[in-house]
Amino acid sequence: MGLRAAVITFPGSNCDRDMATALEQVSGVPALRVWHGDADLPDRLDLIALPGGFSYGDYLRSGAMAATSPIMRAVIAAADRGVPVLGVCNGFQVLTEARLLPGALLRNAGQRFICRTAALTVGNTDSLFTAGYQAGETIRIPVAHHDGNYFADAETLDQLEGEGRVAFRYAESCNGSARDIAGVLSANGRVLGMMPHPERAIEPAAVAALGGTDGRRLFESILASFASA
Amino acid sequence: MQVRVLVRLKPGVLDPQGRAVHHALEGMGFAGVEDVRIGRLIELDVADGTDYATITAMCEKLLANTVIESFSIEFVGVAEGAK
Repeated sequence: MGLRAAVITFPGSNCDRDMATALEQVSGVPALRVWHGDADLPDRLDLIALPGGFSYGDYLRSGAMAATSPIMRAVIAAADRGVPVLGVCNGFQVLTEARLLPGALLRNAGQRFICRTAALTVGNTDSLFTAGYQAGETIRIPVAHHDGNYFADAETLDQLEGEGRVAFRYAESCNGSARDIAGVLSANGRVLGMMPHPERAIEPAAVAALGGTDGRRLFESILASFASA
Repeated sequence: MQVRVLVRLKPGVLDPQGRAVHHALEGMGFAGVEDVRIGRLIELDVADGTDYATITAMCEKLLANTVIESFSIEFVGVAEGAK
């Protein structure tokens, strides 16, 4: 079996092809491509992926305009039905702006765009996205963002930590994120937003250039969750 | 009808842009600047009679992210009682 996944492309998305490639390489099935102006998603989806990039040129706030696009109404409805949603980088920003995930992504504390491979600590191994990792394991995934500084009030942060919803943390301070949070899960564990790019760390042939294949297990975890379902 | 919406980062939310401008002002020799916070002014030209609740809804749903930002609304040239 494969994975029936849709990758949403907004104007200004630039990691949509990488995301589709990662999904196809791991699942063996081409991902469906969906334009932001579409009102409806393909039916019977196993996964919706919101890719990285600079949707709408980051106008107003990163992800704010994309969160209002027609397809996001369908994505929110699908998420409410329990369809898994993965948002990476700008996709994470869109998910917070759409209120599918708590908090917000602010400008990096150091003001600079950060583009490097980051060490992450895995904080949750129970979700369909993270089951393939070991608890407390350190993995290496590329980051490339200007607005990755995760913010939420203390109460929300305590709740995320108490409920095991911090999927990934930066192993060392990266962008000023509250409690070094790099990725968070929704209350039902079926929506994951993360600033690092797992889709850029999947190819054994590109380890030298891209720093590893630790992102591959995230996609394998998603696939395995459907194989065992 | 003109409406001005002023969107500001909430107190306690880090404003690295404001901090950088603060440093720049100090570097230029301007003394006595205690803090700099940068917000956003949005000018709307809306139909006469558009009410406060509608503008508030625009702010809450798009113009501001209330997780990190507060907003204030000013009806330009409209007497206080006429809102």
